Amino acid sequence: MDVVLWGVLPYLVVVTFVGGLIWRYRYDQFGWTTRSSQLYESRLLRIGSPLFHFGLLFVIIGHVVGLLIPESWTDAIGVTEDMYHAGALGIGTLAGIGTLVGIVILIVRRRRTGPVFMATTRNDKLMYAVLTTAIVTGLVVTTIAFTAGHDAHNYRESVSPWFRSLFTLRPDVDAMASAPLQFHLHVLLGLGLIALFPFSRLVHAFTAPMHYLFRPYIVYRSRDRRPTPGASAPRRGWDPVGTRDRDR
Amino acid sequence: MRVMAQVAMVMNLDKCIGCHTCSVTCKQAWTNRAGVEYVWFNNVETRPGQGYPRRYEDQEQWHGGWTLNRRGRLTLRTGGRAKRLLSIFASPVQPELNDYYEPWTYDYERLVEAPLGDDFPVARPKSLITGEDTKVTWSANWDDNLGGTSELGHLDPVVEKVRRESEDKIRFELEKTFMFYLPRICEHCLNPSCMASCPSGAIYKRAEDGIVLVDQDRCRGWRQCITGCPYKKVYFNHKTGKAEKCTFCYPRLEVGLPTVCAETCVGRLRYIGVFLYDADRVTEAASVPDEKDLYEAQLDLMLDPQDPAVVAAAREQGIPADWVDAARRSPVYALAKTYRVALPLHPEYRTMPMVWYVPPLSPVVDLLREQGHDAEDHGNLFGAIDALRIPVEYLAELFSAGDTEVVTGVLKRLAAMRTYLRGITMGTGADESVARSVGMTGQAMYAMYRLLAIAKYDERYVIPKAHEERGHELEELGCSLDYDEGPGMYESAAFGEASGRPVPVAVETFHALRQRQTSEDIAPPDEMRGRVNLLNWDGVGTPPGLFPHKDVAHPDGAPARAEHGRDDEGVVR
Repeated sequence: MDVVLWGVLPYLVVVTFVGGLIWRYRYDQFGWTTRSSQLYESRLLRIGSPLFHFGLLFVIIGHVVGLLIPESWTDAIGVTEDMYHAGALGIGTLAGIGTLVGIVILIVRRRRTGPVFMATTRNDKLMYAVLTTAIVTGLVVTTIAFTAGHDAHNYRESVSPWFRSLFTLRPDVDAMASAPLQFHLHVLLGLGLIALFPFSRLVHAFTAPMHYLFRPYIVYRSRDRRPTPGASAPRRGWDPVGTRDRDR
Repeated sequence: MRVMAQVAMVMNLDKCIGCHTCSVTCKQAWTNRAGVEYVWFNNVETRPGQGYPRRYEDQEQWHGGWTLNRRGRLTLRTGGRAKRLLSIFASPVQPELNDYYEPWTYDYERLVEAPLGDDFPVARPKSLITGEDTKVTWSANWDDNLGGTSELGHLDPVVEKVRRESEDKIRFELEKTFMFYLPRICEHCLNPSCMASCPSGAIYKRAEDGIVLVDQDRCRGWRQCITGCPYKKVYFNHKTGKAEKCTFCYPRLEVGLPTVCAETCVGRLRYIGVFLYDADRVTEAASVPDEKDLYEAQLDLMLDPQDPAVVAAAREQGIPADWVDAARRSPVYALAKTYRVALPLHPEYRTMPMVWYVPPLSPVVDLLREQGHDAEDHGNLFGAIDALRIPVEYLAELFSAGDTEVVTGVLKRLAAMRTYLRGITMGTGADESVARSVGMTGQAMYAMYRLLAIAKYDERYVIPKAHEERGHELEELGCSLDYDEGPGMYESAAFGEASGRPVPVAVETFHALRQRQTSEDIAPPDEMRGRVNLLNWDGVGTPPGLFPHKDVAHPDGAPARAEHGRDDEGVVR
């Protein structure tokens, strides 16, 4: 069982994730959008959305640092386990709570605002469920570590080595299996989220427009060149209107 | 000098009767779809009035367009690039649906399906957003014809500004009211701020004709363009999550037809033509320190197509000869630069808008006539233009960043044209002094009269076609069969209706058809062979060839078509 969960599943998830992203990028440029609902409601969004997104950015940075940087490296520069622990817990809790509050505001807004709820697909609901439980279990992990204090499980001796070993294609299943239940849950939900990524609205994160900082303000573009006569690559975006359009 | 061509429009406001035909035909052509119910690429506003969306001109509130920073450099009013990106998670100043209106329909079905009873059934208004019963409280032209102006007139941002700057109040009592219509489309600016605020770089200006378009595949719904556009002419499709805007009907323009709004304009007040402009100097022109110089700076960008140097430069840049020729005959160049009667809308936004307006003289004429004066006499008209501060100041706020001299000059030229032409038609002779008093010759005055008043179709619209040798590159119009559940409509893809491979626009394209008709082969390896032309399909049953065959590859690689999928009973399973 451990081998399936910590040795096979991660690779399946990676294949789904990478393959899904490539497929969606090639197949569904038109559906690749934030699907913003600010047009319907913006008072709550203006609080919830930045809180959630910025919180999440810090959470992601924390995960990268915690998982990728080996304990021996931080030891080498003189960061003791206690210092590291305090720092990670402090920042992690802050960012995690910010993210959680943000997403709670967003979910409440989504449920309570009629038009926003109408625009919520089943795909969105699944994504919200996985995302929220992932955040909650993450916070549970942190809280347990907080209350345990010195006796807390050091994930940098179990989860992190396992995570890094995934890249060398020799997954350290035993290390991960030795971690407590709350870590198992959190990692599984995280894997679920990653698998879901290409197929939900989360994809918009992958086109975060950083090149905006560098491109010229005015964009000139020539009419697209088409390879074959007659076979003009059709443009999408002009879906017809119908009286029952809301039901579709 | 980098010469580029720009297709532009001029609207002669004196002729607009506010019939909204342009809006309606545009809506039918372009925004008759789910998600864009509230979107009007073309709308007609009554001025004074709040406009659409409400009070869009109040840039203190909406932060649209450009401004000069402390160092005198051009920046977006919403802030620089880093600030834009940091506020991307929730656009700080985006109009909500309430600022437009909540689109609705009526429950017509109830009219026919209600059970027999003593009361007449009523078709209730239903919101197109929530599907619930709704109360209709606003629309795209709720304050049409000054409706509600006595209550809401002060909300017009231009009225606010003029009032602030002049001591006497603009009065909205009926006898003192002036009114005109302002049809608006996207300005297809030379220096578009929507484009500059788009984080994805999805909005682009076509190099060939300057039309500003949104690449639907690259738009990611960051909605910064909506804030960026000071005219609020980029809209958010709330179903697809993408931005949409007026396309200047580019598929029509490419084949030499005017836009739908222009073609169907009852008053024939729209002019479409080509400008040649110097693309290298656009930023410089948009950065002049004094807002009142922006109009002149914009005019300076427009190159004289008669100038041999300009023509040579244009040819060097690859602008086709017939485009240069069209630029020479361009009605928009004539009205904007030769006669100087067309003005840009809100040049102070620094976007260099390319839809120009001939300001209306009629408020002045009407007032004179009502007071019993000879409203055709240029002396009276000139005096009135000088005396009537309110309409002139109001127009100046719209068209010349508040510079009343520019508007006065235009109105005087229009007034002089009336007098000059009255002399001719009444047989009292053409009075050259009238023409000279506004710095024109009688000949030019007559030509301007022809263009403004007679406005023949081929003089109003001088539209060079896209080039035949580039014909296969043209982007096409949508297929008329793509309506809901129509034969051209494909099932939704995995992520709902807005996702998946695009619906093929053309079932059979012109070129594919011609290719087949002129082909040497009897049975060309053509995908379309044996397929039903949906345009000729009567909608009954499923004739063979209605659906594409599932290709089963032969050993030699050729698709097996004749063997399967089509049997003699004409039934496809």
